[in-house]
Amino acid sequence: MTLILSLVVGTLFAGGIYLMLRRSVVKLILGLVLLSHGANLLLFLMGDGLIKARPPFVKPEAGVAPPDSADPLIQALILTAIVISFGLLTFVMALAYRADQAVESDDLDAMTSTDRL
Amino acid sequence: MYDSIILRTVARLMLPILLLLSLFMLVRGHNLPGGGFIGGLLAASAFILQIIAYGPVHVRRIIPVNFLGLAAVGVIFAAVWGLIGLVTGQAYMLAFWLKEPIPGIGKLGTPVLFDIGVYLTVIGVTTQLALVLAEEPILYPLRRRPVSADRVAPEA
Amino acid sequence: MAHHLFLPLIVPLLSASVATIIVRQHGWVRVIAVAATLFNLGYGAWLLVTIAATGRQVTQAAGWSAPFGITLVADGLSAIMLVLTALLTLVTIGYSFATVDARQERFYYYPLLLLLLFGCSGAFLTGDLFNLYVWFEILLVASFGLITLGGSRGQLEGGLKYVVLNLFGSICFLVGAGLLYGVAGTLNMAHLAERLSTIQDASLVTAVAGFFLVAFGSKAGLAPLFFWLPTSYHTPNIAVTALFGGLLTKVGIYALYRVFGTVFQSELARLAPLILVVAGVTMVVGVIGAMAQVNVRRILAFHIVSQVGYMAMGLGLVSVAGMTAGILFMAHNIVVKTALFLIGGAAEHLTGTGELKQMGGMARREPMLALLWLLASFALVGVPPLTGFFGKLGLIQAGLAQEQWLIVGVAATVSLFTLFSMLKIWNEVFWKKAYSDLSAMPRAGVGLLAPAAVLVAVSIAMGIGAAPTLEYSALAAEQVFDTASLVRDVCGPNGCEAVELAVGH
Repeated sequence: MTLILSLVVGTLFAGGIYLMLRRSVVKLILGLVLLSHGANLLLFLMGDGLIKARPPFVKPEAGVAPPDSADPLIQALILTAIVISFGLLTFVMALAYRADQAVESDDLDAMTSTDRL
Repeated sequence: MYDSIILRTVARLMLPILLLLSLFMLVRGHNLPGGGFIGGLLAASAFILQIIAYGPVHVRRIIPVNFLGLAAVGVIFAAVWGLIGLVTGQAYMLAFWLKEPIPGIGKLGTPVLFDIGVYLTVIGVTTQLALVLAEEPILYPLRRRPVSADRVAPEA
Repeated sequence: MAHHLFLPLIVPLLSASVATIIVRQHGWVRVIAVAATLFNLGYGAWLLVTIAATGRQVTQAAGWSAPFGITLVADGLSAIMLVLTALLTLVTIGYSFATVDARQERFYYYPLLLLLLFGCSGAFLTGDLFNLYVWFEILLVASFGLITLGGSRGQLEGGLKYVVLNLFGSICFLVGAGLLYGVAGTLNMAHLAERLSTIQDASLVTAVAGFFLVAFGSKAGLAPLFFWLPTSYHTPNIAVTALFGGLLTKVGIYALYRVFGTVFQSELARLAPLILVVAGVTMVVGVIGAMAQVNVRRILAFHIVSQVGYMAMGLGLVSVAGMTAGILFMAHNIVVKTALFLIGGAAEHLTGTGELKQMGGMARREPMLALLWLLASFALVGVPPLTGFFGKLGLIQAGLAQEQWLIVGVAATVSLFTLFSMLKIWNEVFWKKAYSDLSAMPRAGVGLLAPAAVLVAVSIAMGIGAAPTLEYSALAAEQVFDTASLVRDVCGPNGCEAVELAVGH
């Protein structure tokens, strides 16, 4: 499972970077989406190994979580990262829409008016 | 907006169910899976379903709430309960619980109130995002058919 | 426990929320914005004094002991940055009264400024790497809103590049943080500093450090990663440009100082040659880029890049002396850069254009503005009694002490080219004959002059009081490198490992 997930992370990063290097703004955003998914999955892999179906719940009488339960911190980190990337990506989409309107093209090469002398 | 009678009927039926479910998730959240965040997302998804089925103009009319303001209220509500710890010379966000559980509600404390703030913030932000994204093409329609840049041959 | 460390975060957050709710009542929103910023300024000043007297301040949220809870740590560097952030925001708000129109105010201009203050203050106070990521995102969200506020074509184009490249940097940061958690099993900075010194397999740690270097380097605008900066910084409101130009790249530099000075100390020595090369290239590329430009704000934007190189040099020298000079230079640069943007922006606001060819005659028309420009630009170049001199002198001395001749030569040469650019703006905007009839041009009121004058006065005061400023920078630099006392302050006398073991059994 770790191997499969590692391959998935690698594929997501490769696809994301490929898309970001295209000229279209839409593909740029899709590339960012893939990259952030890759980063979140990578976080998921970084706990104490992948543990199936043993959530880190504490029984009141035990006081501590069972020793072989999943790492709760990593799940909190992923949730935070997902929420942040969700918010930021919606902003990028709205921004890309407005930029498309102003430039009347989704070609990144047409968006150079602030770079020219 | 999809002009579909099935979707509209389901959306109307689902609105109260999803809102009730979101409140249930909010209340059970302290010791079980759930909480303000999940509850807020559920409630927001109820509103988003309305936006998809009826369009943002209709939703603005039937729910005349300033969602960004609601999010700000939620932030304030979540943050102020942490101040109790600070003014009593203890850590910020320290949890305070009532000694006796209230019948029918259960134990009440500042973490629950914090969760309610989170609930309001998540509803506000998520619905506002969906509304703005849905309104954009109505308020500012694209002036041309979108063509992908990759299809245009580069200028030689 | 210094629980008061939460105050400079809660006050901007609550005031930003209240200002969001009553955003249409412009008068009240302004009052709230000024009050919150004044509070942060006063608190920061008090924190500066307290830290000098009693050392590092630490607190844990909700009483969860470190390394498990959310830790806030304030040392000398944090306090300096906290004060300067509040000062800059206050000055920017004052300048906005005269320059920002009611329509933009209604689109949450002041709430976004307060959110930016909240994010920056959090980034300077946190003692946890993942929280640093969250604070970065908060200040980025606010900056995204501010840079595209107004929605002109240039803003949308520049803003898109700014947003996308910063998001890419953030993803690098997240990947770095994830890998670091996989390697070390913690993200608390004190705990990391303790644990990374005992780790056996250093190669993975070096890779992780590389991720952080790319992430913070792109936020700071270091050499191959700065392209988002000159393409976007001249597009928004003048007040926003001034605040960003002074503050945002320095948050990246702060993160570099904090993470490489404290957490990755062993990696810092390994990466130092690379950082020095990057610093030198950044200085040269920035200053050459500025020479090609013919627009006031674009020239200044390229100079931000150039000067970020000096701050990276302070880190790359890997010594307390280098870090001291770097911190001093950063403090000076934050103040002076914003002042320059405000003055150049005032000229732009009055004439209605920022193109050098179409400006001129400002020295005769607005002598006060011209005087402020001269003082600020001399401070930036590093003319002796002013602040820039001491920062650059310290950096060059530290470089000479370590026999890094090349970077010292580059730093000294780039200073000359900076002088060239500043004189170019002086000649074109202030000295040469007016391009058009200026008699119809509005006069610069107090609203335009006072904010810049405050910053120039602060800069001069820092130059005259160079001895205490330098002493404080030295204290801050020592605290950044002193991981042993950091671990003691955050986790108690036995260290973080002991706390974790005690809870595990």
